[in-house]
Amino acid sequence: MRKFFDHISRVSGAVITVHATGVGFDDLAVLETKRGASLAQVIRLEGDEVTLQVFSGTQGVSTVDRVRFLGHPMEVPFSDNLLGRILDGAGRPRDGRVALQDAPIPVGGPSVNPWVRRLPDKMVRTGIPMIDVFNTLVESQKIPIFAPAGEPYNALLGRIGLQAEADVIILGGIGLRHDDYLMFRNLFASRGVKSRTVMVVHTASEPTVEALLVPDLSLAIAEAYARKNKRVLVLLTDMTAFSDALKEVAITMEQIPSNRGYPGDLYSQLAKRYEKAVDLEDAGSITVLAVTTMPGDDVTHPVPDNTGYITEGQFYLRGGRIEPFGSLSRLKQRVNGATRDDHRAIMDGCIQLYSGYLETMEKRSMGFEMSAWDGKLLKYGKLFESRIMDLKVDISLEKALDLCWEILAGCFEPRETGIKRELIAAHWPKVRGA
Amino acid sequence: MNVEDGKLITVFGNLVTAWVSHFAMLNSVAYCERPDGVKLLSEVVRIRGNEVDLQVFEDTRGLRVGCRVHFTREMLSVSLGPGLLGQVFDGLQNPLPQLAKQAGNFLTCGTYIEALPSKRKWHFSPTAAVGAKLSAGETVGIVDEGIFKHHIMIPFQMMGEWTLSQLAKEGEFTTQDEIGMLENRAGVRHPLSLQQKWPVKVPLAIGKERLLPFEPLVTRVRILDTLFPIVKGGTYCIPGPFGAGKTVLQQITSRHAEIDVVVVAACGERAGEVVELLREFPELTDPRTGSSLMERTVIICNTSSMPVAAREASVYTAVTIAEYYRQMALNVLLLADSTSRWAQALRELSGRLEEIPGEEAFPAYLESRIANFYERAGCLKLKDGRVGSVTIGGTVSPAGGSFEEPVTQGTLKVVGAFHGLSRARSDARKFPAIDPLLSWSTYQGIIENSKTATAMALLKKGDEIRQMMAVVGEEGTSTADFVTMLKADLFDSVYLQQNAFEVVDSSSQRERQQTVFDVLLTFIRTPLRVDDKAQARQAIFEAMDLFRHWNHQPFGSDEFAAAMRDVDAFIERQHSVEAMDA
Repeated sequence: MRKFFDHISRVSGAVITVHATGVGFDDLAVLETKRGASLAQVIRLEGDEVTLQVFSGTQGVSTVDRVRFLGHPMEVPFSDNLLGRILDGAGRPRDGRVALQDAPIPVGGPSVNPWVRRLPDKMVRTGIPMIDVFNTLVESQKIPIFAPAGEPYNALLGRIGLQAEADVIILGGIGLRHDDYLMFRNLFASRGVKSRTVMVVHTASEPTVEALLVPDLSLAIAEAYARKNKRVLVLLTDMTAFSDALKEVAITMEQIPSNRGYPGDLYSQLAKRYEKAVDLEDAGSITVLAVTTMPGDDVTHPVPDNTGYITEGQFYLRGGRIEPFGSLSRLKQRVNGATRDDHRAIMDGCIQLYSGYLETMEKRSMGFEMSAWDGKLLKYGKLFESRIMDLKVDISLEKALDLCWEILAGCFEPRETGIKRELIAAHWPKVRGA
Repeated sequence: MNVEDGKLITVFGNLVTAWVSHFAMLNSVAYCERPDGVKLLSEVVRIRGNEVDLQVFEDTRGLRVGCRVHFTREMLSVSLGPGLLGQVFDGLQNPLPQLAKQAGNFLTCGTYIEALPSKRKWHFSPTAAVGAKLSAGETVGIVDEGIFKHHIMIPFQMMGEWTLSQLAKEGEFTTQDEIGMLENRAGVRHPLSLQQKWPVKVPLAIGKERLLPFEPLVTRVRILDTLFPIVKGGTYCIPGPFGAGKTVLQQITSRHAEIDVVVVAACGERAGEVVELLREFPELTDPRTGSSLMERTVIICNTSSMPVAAREASVYTAVTIAEYYRQMALNVLLLADSTSRWAQALRELSGRLEEIPGEEAFPAYLESRIANFYERAGCLKLKDGRVGSVTIGGTVSPAGGSFEEPVTQGTLKVVGAFHGLSRARSDARKFPAIDPLLSWSTYQGIIENSKTATAMALLKKGDEIRQMMAVVGEEGTSTADFVTMLKADLFDSVYLQQNAFEVVDSSSQRERQQTVFDVLLTFIRTPLRVDDKAQARQAIFEAMDLFRHWNHQPFGSDEFAAAMRDVDAFIERQHSVEAMDA
């Protein structure tokens, strides 16, 4: 279908309405204006009125500009030539190289039948004790990093990306600052992983609608690699920018907002993307690690709130550290039983004592008398923060567990830790000192 | 089956509008035909003159204006018959394993599969006599389905009295075979088979009367059974912020609950969690029957990335299957996780229909829909006098973790027990993170209310003292108060908290709870032999260690008895010193 339609009756925000017939819902179109051509997607059909979302915005669109329907939904060319490439939100190359001409794959396809999903059972080691010991990352997990603005979330994302074992890394940048884009590009190039990386980047200065496509493009590419038996790690930053783009389009479409202006289907929209994380029975896997910035450091904000209900846990990044409270890997129980017999006990025990430490700190700040027990907690808390929680710490899981025992033995009597007797007998360091 | 064909005039997400010339029926099923011939299941949700609004249960990608819509006269229904148990369905009762076999790893649009295995033969034994006068819901024969006697009943939709004019002899039949014939006075004949259909949105409760539920449903979760019990035929809800452990609590319940049949409705939640059930249940044995847990379980799974409209249907599919087994005098537990996702599906549709929104853009009929859903639970006395029950437990995922939001509030009005999870408790790794000071139950559990009142009072007092201590400090708190607070901590720590990942601790049977609770009560009432706070803390640490050790010993074992003696000895020591002091 190569027919042109040039009766545009409405232009508002990034949305236009054109009179046309024989158009499929969700189909792609090309809008040709004086400023050049832009892709657009059908988001509503009403009689012969077709409403389209224009990827590169509608500035300068006139009522006599031409729309050509492509007769198929969004696609992206896919082959191994994609490795090392950088695309923009509309799937065009942004690395100055020629566009790929390989067989296109559909974007935003159906979800995996839950029946064929494998139970995740492979730990992903990161060398960060707050993750490895306390909230283990698992292959095929979907987990966000919740961070207020200003935290080094992109650096953490990059570090996990580099250190975690994966065959293919896909970075989806949404509303990325140009500096951050360059940071990721240089990081991947300098650490020699560029050849197994695909970057899909939308920067903050680019049209909003293109932001909407980044997760779908990244995940469609990830899915294609997973089908080819690859273990794929998808890094998305920042999903709050993605949600804000959704909000912008929904409001333009005059949809009734549900909470703080976000559309009522925010949960479903986010879930559709995150649920692409999968471990396939007879193929590879997709692990999704995403950044969700929390406006005003408020976890009840609709974006982190809905995300938390979808993902399998979350890492809170605050004060440059992964917070032990609130941070949670829901899949950790699937793998931490098989690492070492003391893993779970240390995980629970250390955090319970650290919570006691924080209570004591509060008491102290109010000027109350410190008991002997408070003294022990204070000593413990300081050691735990500096030797375990610090993000600079880069040690293996086993070393981290040993270190935890050492710290406990330096501060407490065995019984005070609340850990099972058998484990105390097996692991309590014989020689004191921490 | 087609009664009329219409034509699509608008497509907007999963809401489409068709133009019809005369026939339209609310809630009837229709199929939207894509240009490539694929037919997408839909349901009529609104009629305005010749324009009929439909919600499509599939991705509407590719639909065009002018596409044909085939209307039927049937409402959205489920198939009921032997072979439901052990199955895994999507929200529209398509069996997922067969779907995977037919369509591969990905869910494809427009593939619908018969819910019950059509080739499998079932051993049927007739129980009714030919010539008997029967009405809807009465049993004509029995089929063995795993551990249960599956009753084959007169179809629930048959009005009035019917005469059983033919009935098959004992033998092997598929769900498609005819096994008998019914005839009414007017001479209308109706063939019988092992399966029947029922519209999901109509409550199924055919019997003499509804009874007041009273029999405790033992979940083997201590905090529930002891403090906030549920009963067979009752309702309860579990609201809580994300990460507080709603789903884990539901899964533990689905595993350990002392009940006949469990229907799990995974509604709009993570696929991964369902996979855990799918993979683990067949491996787990039900200690009460000795067979696989899967044999008593039906899983309805419409996870968050599956089409939203089908999510709305999935809870109804689940509750209808639960009600069906109630008609066989079985006790059924329906676990819906999460009802908020179902409410959100209602909201999405309502928004597309451009209805006037209520609070937080939820439709105005949200509360009545929630109430109607929970009211489908209950104890039912059947026509033959036997009793069956459906218990509904729904999780709620409140936005921002605040219980003030419409779904939580709408639910609290209609349930008999409230198990509120708190982030403070889950952050402190206190699981199950049910907040004892927030939760309530209107039912009587396995431990007398007078006894639990003592424990509740202690928890309240402990909390008050803790709050006071935050102001006046430890030095401003009396040793007696301090001991009370520590006792409350101990009760919380060794009884209310339970480790879901420890084999023994994860499941605490009725007698064990009663035994341990009595000892704890004695401990709480016994004054501690301590002079100052440091001693008190040490004594509580010792007691906690003893109780915790006890929790890890299998009930009835020698180790259990030994650990119990250690605890008793500890309590005895406090007494003896008391006597000495006197």
